[in-house]
Amino acid sequence: MSIKLDSKVPEGELSQKWMNYRSKMPLVAPNNKRRIEIIVVGTGLAGASAAATLGELGYKVKCFTFHDSPRRAHSIAAQGGINAAKNYQNDGDSVYRLFYDTIKGGDYRSREANVHRLAEVSTDIIDQCVAQGVPFAREYGGLLANRSFGGVQVSRTFYARGQTGQQLLLGAYQALSRQIASGAVQMYNRHEMHDLVVIDGKARGIIVRNLLTGKLERFAAHCVVLASGGYGNVYYLSTNAMGSNVSASWRAVKRGALMANPCYTQIHPTCIPVSGDYQSKLTLMSESLRNDGRVWVPKEMSDVEAIRNGSLRPEDLPEEKRDYYLERRYPAFGNLVPRDVASRAAKAACDEGKGVNKSGLAVFLDFADAIERYGKSEALKNGIKNPDKATITKLGEGVVEAKYGNLFEMYEKITGENPYKTPMMIYPAVHYTMGGLWVDYNLETNVSGLFALGECNFSDHGANRLGASALMQGLADGYFVIPYTIGTFLSKEIRTPAISTDHPAFASAENETRARLEKLINIKGKQTVEAFHRKLGLIMWEYCGMSRNAEGLKKAKKLLQDLRAEYWSDVLVPGEIDEFNPELDKAFRVADFMELGEMMVEDALNREESCGGHFREEYQTEDGEALRRDDEFTYVAAWEWNDNTDSILHKEPLVFENVELKTRSYK
Amino acid sequence: MSWFSQFLKSSIGKKLIMSLTGLFLVLFLVVHLSGNLQLLSDDGGESFNMYTKFMTSNPLIKTISYVTYFLILLHTIQGIMIWRQNRGARASRYAVSSTKHTTFASRNMGALGTIILIFLLLHMYQFWLQMKIDATEMVVYGDYEPVKDLYALVAVAFKQPLYVIIYVLSMIVIAFHLRHGFQSAFQTLGLNHIKYNGVIRFLGNAIAILIPLGFAFIPVFFYLFR
Amino acid sequence: MKLTLKIWRQKNNSTPGKFESYQVQANEHMSFLEMLDVLNQDLIESGKDPVAFEHDCREGICGACGVVIDGQPHGLLKGTTTCQLHMRFFKDGDTVTIEPFRAQGFPVIKDLVVDRSSFDRIIQAGGFISVNTGQAQDGNAIPVEKEDSDASMDAAACIGCGACVAACPNASAMLFTSAKVSHLALLPQGEVENEKRVANMVKQMDLEGFGNCSNTYACEAECPKEISVENIARLNRLYFKSSLASE
Repeated sequence: MSIKLDSKVPEGELSQKWMNYRSKMPLVAPNNKRRIEIIVVGTGLAGASAAATLGELGYKVKCFTFHDSPRRAHSIAAQGGINAAKNYQNDGDSVYRLFYDTIKGGDYRSREANVHRLAEVSTDIIDQCVAQGVPFAREYGGLLANRSFGGVQVSRTFYARGQTGQQLLLGAYQALSRQIASGAVQMYNRHEMHDLVVIDGKARGIIVRNLLTGKLERFAAHCVVLASGGYGNVYYLSTNAMGSNVSASWRAVKRGALMANPCYTQIHPTCIPVSGDYQSKLTLMSESLRNDGRVWVPKEMSDVEAIRNGSLRPEDLPEEKRDYYLERRYPAFGNLVPRDVASRAAKAACDEGKGVNKSGLAVFLDFADAIERYGKSEALKNGIKNPDKATITKLGEGVVEAKYGNLFEMYEKITGENPYKTPMMIYPAVHYTMGGLWVDYNLETNVSGLFALGECNFSDHGANRLGASALMQGLADGYFVIPYTIGTFLSKEIRTPAISTDHPAFASAENETRARLEKLINIKGKQTVEAFHRKLGLIMWEYCGMSRNAEGLKKAKKLLQDLRAEYWSDVLVPGEIDEFNPELDKAFRVADFMELGEMMVEDALNREESCGGHFREEYQTEDGEALRRDDEFTYVAAWEWNDNTDSILHKEPLVFENVELKTRSYK
Repeated sequence: MSWFSQFLKSSIGKKLIMSLTGLFLVLFLVVHLSGNLQLLSDDGGESFNMYTKFMTSNPLIKTISYVTYFLILLHTIQGIMIWRQNRGARASRYAVSSTKHTTFASRNMGALGTIILIFLLLHMYQFWLQMKIDATEMVVYGDYEPVKDLYALVAVAFKQPLYVIIYVLSMIVIAFHLRHGFQSAFQTLGLNHIKYNGVIRFLGNAIAILIPLGFAFIPVFFYLFR
Repeated sequence: MKLTLKIWRQKNNSTPGKFESYQVQANEHMSFLEMLDVLNQDLIESGKDPVAFEHDCREGICGACGVVIDGQPHGLLKGTTTCQLHMRFFKDGDTVTIEPFRAQGFPVIKDLVVDRSSFDRIIQAGGFISVNTGQAQDGNAIPVEKEDSDASMDAAACIGCGACVAACPNASAMLFTSAKVSHLALLPQGEVENEKRVANMVKQMDLEGFGNCSNTYACEAECPKEISVENIARLNRLYFKSSLASE
């Protein structure tokens, strides 16, 4: 079977493409919209904004979430902010600059036209959110405030304290609630998608499990929109929520959709390290901490040992015995190198045995210098002459508290250590997945009538995502892209009557789903789902984590296949199918993660270069930096699942007409 | 008037009734206490009895007193209904419930109110009813018409230790009821402002202590010194 | 550390529940929910029904988790969700009682899981600003006083966990409702719809079977986001205006 990947990028000059395309796009008349049904799966930024907007337009929308409320989607946990090319700060920002930064930050592995469109609509997002009542931070003059974020030279990030994701999601949730109240959107909470129904090559419905009763239910529509998030939980430990899963996307893959660039995972450098093997998730500390924190490990192994066994407090180690390795290796950017670079450097330090906690997987993020620096300048401001050490520290801590107070508090809650007095311990953790369902310019997958938005598609971040861009993409897709592009498909469907759930495709999908659940619950093996998930995570982290090599990946593939076989013969799922059964929900998700893991490994093995979040040890420069191979790998790797053999690779070449491919350097 | 009855039936409307009637009853207590303090004047009850006469015969005061009866009734009935509804809002009780963050008074306004109501009934029976059914002696002061000698009735009552104890304990209950009720009424009215909260709290505490103290002082004084 | 857990077990809303005791081996670095994970692994492996509890982000923002621990929603720490509570606040040998949020507005689904969709319905009744996508003017067109914006954000920080209802002796949902009303009312964009919003949200809140606020302020004390009861006073004011003064 051959699949032709047509990106459907419109002709014309880059900056005009979207505007022209939008103006000429086929529309669906209001009288037809009333009849046309759309299923939206997921209620994060992308899903909620899409469902709300499609409802406002007059479509009949059915929206699904496995959560008890749309407001719980994991977009809510985003801390830092959202980018937009508003240029309110008059610092030279522009749509082009945001486009360029995003392409470069993505290590030249994303589609120019999609990224430019993202940059264009970014400004509308801010306007929309303000109108919805998102309480963005403001200056004393009453206008919107901005801050700067990693990897860029302008201040374009809008924020609502450290809870930007929460506030944006609540904005979208409220817009969605309004449509639910008006009857335009029917909301199904605690309903999880278990299969995609494809009729005559078109996505026409889904099979869902009502998580309260365990009953399988059929829902039909003219098209299906997936906005079900990323798959970071394949690593078990990640900053994702416990429930975040790949299953909705993966079910689509099993029905023929392609998974693009699954190996691109973003490892965030500043997370709280793992404290023990019972650990269930990792907590992110905002990237903004690296503005003031200095990353170090001890130079001498003897000091490492002393710190680990508690005989030496890190704050007592003299300056000359510390290795500020980021400042040493990357003098130009220092502690502010992009996420992928900072993460790999931390791993390198720990691989040398310099890890500073008991497990050897942590480095220090030290604010002592910042406290002293701020303290001195504060003293100067307050006219205190010759301040003593205690005064400086007190004043400095005040400044640091004003900037990062909530993060420091969170750190102390989790670890029990006071980061004002002793350096924080941090370690990289899986945070975001750039890969996802392959979509064209319309955000439509290769399965006709199946759309994918937000983190669950692959489209905008290439091999690495810049900070504060995930929120931007989710809302761009939901508010300002899909409402238009969905018309390209639906305008051809206006004569299609309501789809019936009595179609044999629904019956067979439901039967397959039931059979799969029955199989899972009847294995009655010895190991819990959690135990398997941990094992899966360990394999993925070890061989397909921060750095990868061919040998390890091959080994991982075998390990994953064995683990999958073991899972289907030894997993222990308590309870029944037809009841509220969170363990069964998990078992279903972990089964899909296992298959996805194999595909990730295949993709990582295929991509014989290092780019963004994907670092292949064989492809690095002499001083250990990532080595991209543009001649051979400037393409999107879209994978087709095959139950019996390896996944099948389809390539979409990436054409760069507007930017020149360069090697990123932060030295 | 459907909008009005709708408002009164809403949770916030009900609370508004409690708050306004409550504040009115605080005022009533102030007036009542100022009258009662005349019991202390050493004139064999003349000023007190004359005051009683005035209070029971002036048409304006009489009207206000009927309003007061009505508001007491309203405060009580509404209170009982709210209490019932609040209990119903949590049919299944906690096995362990924390009282760390709430005051005793705020948690027990219903119970405190019930005790106050019982006291009130006793109080009304003892004095108000006796007066109404003309069970009191008449007394004449100077050129005035004869007036009922409520003072004598009070003086007898306040010599009974049991009654004094009940009276004092009831005043303590009123103190707790007022302590939460006063500032709570302001919160219900929406008057919560960082600049004035301190004043309201101070005033509330002052009222909650001084009014019941004033009331309780009289029977104790009578018991010990008259 | 070894703990005795007294956990409320209830098969579903139509079956009465009861407490059962369990022993669990925890350590001080675990989060409270990780301690429950350990218990559940033991229960599953020994063929017993694991304890159902709701959780998702495990970093204190999604609002999914929430149980009553020794009488306090989200446990003894101030400004903390259940998932952020760590075991170092417990001692070896402690007995810990774990109950669901109890309120008629939050029917029990199973064990410690309750149905909080009443909160969704309160928001649907009016907790939004009626603006369609694409209708917005420039974000800087309406300046918002920083203090108002900050106060709005303080209220908007609500995570919809329901601890306010759980803590309230009357199971009242006033703090939740007032937080959303305040968030929107404090912004010029939201002020336009104030009267309608307040009337509809309060009406829905009353329909859901929550109790009446009696100003005990237990909600504010137990709120993991420390949302102030000032918002309740604001809701009252707006409600009076909406009911008594609007046309």
